[in-house]
Amino acid sequence: MEANKHKEPFVRIVKRDRIPLWIALLIRLAAILLSLVVCALLIYLITHSNPIQVYRSMVDGAVGTGRRTWNTLRDTMILLAIALAITPAFKMRFWNIGAEGQILVGGIATAAVMRCCGDSLPTALLFLAMIAASLAAGLIWGLIPAVFKAHWNTNETLFTLMMNYIAIQLTAFFSIVWEAKKGSGTIGTINQKTQAGWISTSFLSDIFGNFNYSINLIIVLSITVAMFIYLKYTKHGYEIAVVGNSENTARYAGINVKRAIMRTVALSGAICGFTGFLLVSGSSHTISTSTAGGRGFTAIIVSWLAKFNPFVMILISFFLVFMGNGATQIASEFQLNESASEVIIGIILFFILGSEFFINFRLIFGKHGKEAR
Amino acid sequence: MTENAIELKGICKYFGIVAANEDVSLTVRKGEILSLLGENGSGKTTLMNMLSGIYYPDSGQIFVDGKEVTIRSPKDAYALGIGMIHQHFKLIDLFTAAENIILGMDGKSPVINMKEVLEDISKLTDRYGFQLDLNKKVYDMSVSEKQTVEIVKMLYRGANLLILDEPTAVLTPQETDHLFEVLRKMREDGKAIIIITHKLHEVLAISDRVSILRKGRYIGTVDTKDATALSLTEMMVGEKVALNIDRPEPKHPKKCLEVKNLTCRNKYGVKALDSVSFTAMGGEILGIAGIAGSGQKELLETIAGLQDGEGSILFTDPDSGKEEELIGMDPLKIQKMGVSLAFVPEDRLGMGLVGDMGMPGNMMVRSYRSGHSALLEQKKPRELSEQIKNDLGVITPSIHYPVRRLSGGNVQKILVGREIANTPKLLMTAYAVRGLDINTSYSIYHLLNEQKEQGVAVIYVGEDLDVLLELSDRILVLCGGKISGIVDARTTTKEEVGLLMTKHGEEA
Amino acid sequence: MSFLWSVFKGIFSVTFVQKAITQGVPMLFGATGEIITEKSGNLNLGIPGIMYMGAIGGLAGAFLYENGNEAPNGFLGILCAIFFCLLFSLLGAMIYSVLTITLRANQNVTGLALTTFGVGFGNFLGGSFSKITGTAGQITVYNTGQAFRAKIPYLSDHLGIVGSLFFSYGFLTYLSIIIALLATWFLLRTRAGLNLRAVGENAAAADAASINVTKYKYLATCIGGMISGLGGLYFVMEYLGGTWQNNGFGDRGWLAVALVIFALWKPARAIWGSFLFGGLYILFAYVPLSQSMQEIFKMLPYAVTILVLVISSLQRKKENQPPASLGLPYFREER
Repeated sequence: MEANKHKEPFVRIVKRDRIPLWIALLIRLAAILLSLVVCALLIYLITHSNPIQVYRSMVDGAVGTGRRTWNTLRDTMILLAIALAITPAFKMRFWNIGAEGQILVGGIATAAVMRCCGDSLPTALLFLAMIAASLAAGLIWGLIPAVFKAHWNTNETLFTLMMNYIAIQLTAFFSIVWEAKKGSGTIGTINQKTQAGWISTSFLSDIFGNFNYSINLIIVLSITVAMFIYLKYTKHGYEIAVVGNSENTARYAGINVKRAIMRTVALSGAICGFTGFLLVSGSSHTISTSTAGGRGFTAIIVSWLAKFNPFVMILISFFLVFMGNGATQIASEFQLNESASEVIIGIILFFILGSEFFINFRLIFGKHGKEAR
Repeated sequence: MTENAIELKGICKYFGIVAANEDVSLTVRKGEILSLLGENGSGKTTLMNMLSGIYYPDSGQIFVDGKEVTIRSPKDAYALGIGMIHQHFKLIDLFTAAENIILGMDGKSPVINMKEVLEDISKLTDRYGFQLDLNKKVYDMSVSEKQTVEIVKMLYRGANLLILDEPTAVLTPQETDHLFEVLRKMREDGKAIIIITHKLHEVLAISDRVSILRKGRYIGTVDTKDATALSLTEMMVGEKVALNIDRPEPKHPKKCLEVKNLTCRNKYGVKALDSVSFTAMGGEILGIAGIAGSGQKELLETIAGLQDGEGSILFTDPDSGKEEELIGMDPLKIQKMGVSLAFVPEDRLGMGLVGDMGMPGNMMVRSYRSGHSALLEQKKPRELSEQIKNDLGVITPSIHYPVRRLSGGNVQKILVGREIANTPKLLMTAYAVRGLDINTSYSIYHLLNEQKEQGVAVIYVGEDLDVLLELSDRILVLCGGKISGIVDARTTTKEEVGLLMTKHGEEA
Repeated sequence: MSFLWSVFKGIFSVTFVQKAITQGVPMLFGATGEIITEKSGNLNLGIPGIMYMGAIGGLAGAFLYENGNEAPNGFLGILCAIFFCLLFSLLGAMIYSVLTITLRANQNVTGLALTTFGVGFGNFLGGSFSKITGTAGQITVYNTGQAFRAKIPYLSDHLGIVGSLFFSYGFLTYLSIIIALLATWFLLRTRAGLNLRAVGENAAAADAASINVTKYKYLATCIGGMISGLGGLYFVMEYLGGTWQNNGFGDRGWLAVALVIFALWKPARAIWGSFLFGGLYILFAYVPLSQSMQEIFKMLPYAVTILVLVISSLQRKKENQPPASLGLPYFREER
């Protein structure tokens, strides 16, 4: 009888009651440091160069010059915007992994308006039309899976995932319909001559000077504050929290759960669509199947790690983009593939995700290990 | 070989800072049925979960057949011949009875020979006289069939000690009788059986000895033949059962709620309520008795607009005399019609409260819509939280501390406090004192009486007959979704109510 | 009419079927692996990443072998490729397992992070392998690639159409079908399969029935990951003939996840499902449409998946639903 032998379990796992903030922060910091050490080791193994040197060129790659800093900031803002967009749905436990698609349709809508009305509409109206179109497109893309989730409990993770690829094909379709040169399969820069519908050249840039992306920055930071207020201080935000916590309590409180799900995911999709507008009008001035570039997925991780707190998302977005852009720099310096950045970000994410365990649980070694209470 | 099948010594188990079991010792002999008696929340289930390998004790020793053992998992428990039938059955809905029975077992070969398995199980079921379709899927089964699967599953694993957690809570009297017959047959086979229950008449009917737990501590063990319902109750609650709950005379009772021919179906289309009609009066407490699952939950939820039903639920405002039909309404519509209705549901954190929020967030569950602004009103909920915290003595580090982490009593005070703060005309409570200590229970009774004296119609669904008899003005007894009687609580007896509770399908 | 006729002619040709199967095989590997994983209650969205890892692992293993040998033997190349493919996929699956099972990290988030990592890992190694190992040129394994592509001798060219339809593929194609059939048999007929399904349906009940939930979750996720990895290997070896293309594998990993839904978590259904998906994937080339409309046509597999997802949720047939505890962590002492 093997089980009859008197053995103590080596280690037991117990849920923590509460943890002081500084310990939680310390654990996360330790995880990040550890991940950087592992990355350094990997970099050393591959490049045989001094990791400190490599990290230094990473910093250089991310914020080494004014232009790089602006690029890093621009990318941070885009990632942040997407993370903000999916947060309300996420808080409701609606796993919207369809941000990629919602961004793309928003981008397509923006591009369509830019192409069609770029010459005919006055600037202010043009922008209004672009924004409205991008919001509407993202909203519809988000609403479709939400309707099915709300009424028939159709799995939203898988549904939104599939919607991404439909959007990608749609983008591919328009890439050919609108292609710049016959057979190129790319749209090329939209309104190259007139620059109509470009955020950076619009009337606003007179106010903000030469920093092309400062408008993006201001817009996204405003969304951050707005989202914080929306989630914490509005009735809608309250409903989101209640539905996310317990659907029964929500019904008890007289919340129309179906409507709340649809409304929230529609909002989520609309902001994603708006991000598509920012990408097309604000930076790339074109659209392709790689416009979203996997950021819809990374944003989920950002939102999750920030525990849905918009301000924490700023930090995390910045950190991830910083590391990513830095890694791209070392990749080109050492003639390595630029995917190095995804590898490094992946490793860092693994460590941060793993560290959450030590924040939520406590290990007890041996049977009679005294519990510190 | 010793006579004791199992011996527990000094078992302690904590959840966070809450002691679920403290220094519990217990023995079970071979060939006996031991009742483990205790109020809700006295730690019976936790203790047994440590025998079945679900929990691991923080300290203490367990002996099986006189040898000290360590039970780290259900696998260890089975190897020692211990099998537990949980209150919430641990069955896979999608599997057949036979598949559930052999689940997790090593067979002769890694491939399942279903024919052989069915023959093996049939031998066992024939021996004890179980009626069981082994190829039926669990999702198609009745509660009693599921329980049978669980019992066969344990026997098939060669369990010598069988633990049953509240096995009769969901059974009809006939099913209970049948279960007891099976248990007696197993006792004759020399198996040891532990029944967790709080129903005294069953304890007296089936067991050889009774062990009593109170608030996580072991109180004592008595031979059933020397025990009476009264002596057991005393040990269980710790003091003489002179509850002495106040019962003021109703003053000018006015009709508040009139339910007519209310019928309501559960998700499988079975009638959970069958033509229920009654009236609740402002200024009185209407107690509702019945064994668990007789339609209490459905009744309250239908009135509160959380379930669909047919028939009529007429609400009359005692002050204005305005009448409103509540059938087909949802909670929001009911609120908007100005019907002032308060509801303390059974599953407090699952319905009624938001576990991750602090007190103010939970106060908003009822009030967050107030005002025309899109923003939430922050000040009033905070003030209300402070007020409830002080008035009802809620123990919490801060009003912003998530209520999920508070003890059951404090959670209940917050919920009841909020519902009463709304100055309702109708107050419905389901198992309002479940899991609460005696003092907290009394403060809840007191609150209910206060409401009654203010002219509120109070509906009190309870499980403790003593309390129902002393607190209510009238008692409505539900049995299988039908009303089996409405009696005057001042003149009726416990026996009469008990009989009505089990008056199945007779002339009802 | 002539439009339909030309589509018809295209689809009922031997080459169409062959190409559909060629496209379907990696998805079938991926889907079978993901089904086994999901049956343990783990929704591993890292499968696309793991397939990239398996692909580059196999390629790198064969490359190291071929590079070190004057006259590389195709069979030994295959062994090396399979070994390293399994090893790398196992690494990916282990990362997911440790994080979600032992450390209880969120499954969706971990899976997406793993896909980011795995795709990056594949492209990174594939693109910089020569630089890292100090060898010259593109990472290519001609001999091993040819060995993987070897058709069944005699049968493939002596049976006419039957030979072309059924025997003209490399051994991985047959392996993918065998594994899918084995997985079906395992899930339905064996005790371990029954236990595994129980873990995915209701981990607490499985635990109470003395099933080691953690062990099953680990094994299912790791074995599932390794099976999926073979799909990546198939792509670089048989499809590409033993070389690397950046992002060449594309979104087939996600199609594998879609196929799981389409197959209603039944590996045998995934077999014909994968060929159907493969057909839908290339159908655009057989339809005389403008280039742009072809792109619309490429939506088909995803649209079909959504349709299946919606229909099965409308039907609510219990046997056709995802494993009930999919995506949920299990902690025994949870209160």
